Amino acid sequence: MAAESGEFHPSASWEVLHLRARLLRRIRRFFEDREFLEVETPLLSADTVIDRHLDPIPVTLFADPRQMAAGSRRWLQTSPEFAMKRLLAAGAPSIYQITRAFRGGEVGRLHNPEFTIVEWYGVEDGMQQGMQLLSELAEVLFQHGPAERISYAAAFERWLGIDPHGADGPKLAVVAERQGIAVPDSLPMEDRDGWLDLLLVECIEPHLGFESPVILYDYPATQAALARLRGDRTPVAERFELYFRGIELANGYHELMDPDELRCRNQQINRLRHTDGKPLLPESSRLLAAMEHGLPPCTGVALGFDRSVMLVCGAKELSEVIAFPSEIA
Amino acid sequence: MFSASATKWGKQSVGTYKTSDFRKGLKVQIDGEPYLMIEMNFVKPGKGNALYKCKLKNLLRGTVLDRTYKGGDSLESADVEEIDVQYLYRQQDTFVFMDNKTYEQYELSSDQVDDSWKYLKEGMGCSMMLFNDNPIILSPPNHVELKVEYCEPGAKGDTATNVTKPVKVETGAEIICPSFINMGNVIKVDTRTGQYVERVST
Repeated sequence: MAAESGEFHPSASWEVLHLRARLLRRIRRFFEDREFLEVETPLLSADTVIDRHLDPIPVTLFADPRQMAAGSRRWLQTSPEFAMKRLLAAGAPSIYQITRAFRGGEVGRLHNPEFTIVEWYGVEDGMQQGMQLLSELAEVLFQHGPAERISYAAAFERWLGIDPHGADGPKLAVVAERQGIAVPDSLPMEDRDGWLDLLLVECIEPHLGFESPVILYDYPATQAALARLRGDRTPVAERFELYFRGIELANGYHELMDPDELRCRNQQINRLRHTDGKPLLPESSRLLAAMEHGLPPCTGVALGFDRSVMLVCGAKELSEVIAFPSEIA
Repeated sequence: MFSASATKWGKQSVGTYKTSDFRKGLKVQIDGEPYLMIEMNFVKPGKGNALYKCKLKNLLRGTVLDRTYKGGDSLESADVEEIDVQYLYRQQDTFVFMDNKTYEQYELSSDQVDDSWKYLKEGMGCSMMLFNDNPIILSPPNHVELKVEYCEPGAKGDTATNVTKPVKVETGAEIICPSFINMGNVIKVDTRTGQYVERVST
């Protein structure tokens, strides 16, 4: 990919770039038909989603162009979630947006640090309605029927014969060893979520979505992010993900509404980021103010548009569907 | 290839690569041995930790290792260098080469030279890989021309290439050739497969 100074051509073909445009139109029509309002929110914000494994890219808004390093900190958004929820709290109907999201350090066959995200919120929707809408969109995009739904627990039971909500780290480590997968030496035995992620990536994802798209739902409570928890004895997160042909495409939540719970999760995540040696992210945000005011019950989903284009045209990597991926941007 | 004990080459740390530096072609050191990263896949569940799935080829043994690293891990870099050398001479079990730039001489054992002895003519240019300044791999040119020193005469008028016979070339090696090859002919051999390619001159 090494570009000579004269090289300027896109890495995606014109055929694919036309397909991108058609799919964008199809998505807009999908949401217009369902009376979702298209909105736009800032790419640069003082707030950012606090996730252990998502790293927002910082930007300095300088006042003096002669001193570009001095100014107030903004973050390129890893998703438009916070701002869209502020709109919801301020009285928006169901909304959608097609925009750019930025995630630092993510480069690979299926990752580009800047990508196109489709994000929507169905007001009053629970997780079932949220999954139904996602399934309909997957049907429109991939034309491979509605999505099959499998719970996270059922998937682990089916492909690994274990209960992901009950098994502890050492138990999961034994399963990983039995499966013969390469395990990072640095993965601590007690990092249950780390082991679950490893098993999901190596042993489950490769099976998902070959007949039809698949929605995995009811994630471990420790991976709730901004989803609500359900159930008392073994609470699960009302979170769901869409897979097609083994590739993760979308992530949805029956959205957490409780600001105190969000504060608590933010603190927890920042503690984990600290142990990972990563900078802490700002915990107070205008989203918390919006949640204090009241977020309507809703379900929100974010879909990776570039990966979707890949799967529609059978491309093997993102550089075939993005005009100028980061190496040549 | 030959095998070396883990400590033979010492542990000379020349820096580390973080997972964010991982890419195909990186030369790294694991347990004191040099590896070439021949494949690197970044995988990451949307909300999960980044994993770097690597295939690493051991430069001493040629074996391939599957290793997965997680974000924040690191690997030691390996001091591996490729130089152009000239083959000088052989002294019993030792082959002597000279760096074309520095004129420094390097000695390789016949184990290290492995099958390459078959193609080595004095004065021939080769490429050599050094690990911590010690020679580890010798690569002769892909094609070499060798004079046939001895062979049984071919059947008269037999020009078919599917009838073969062994011939002894000037280095002492045996090469399987078509039966029309005669003593004094010069043949071209592919050093990667050890196979006869064509007759260069009669």
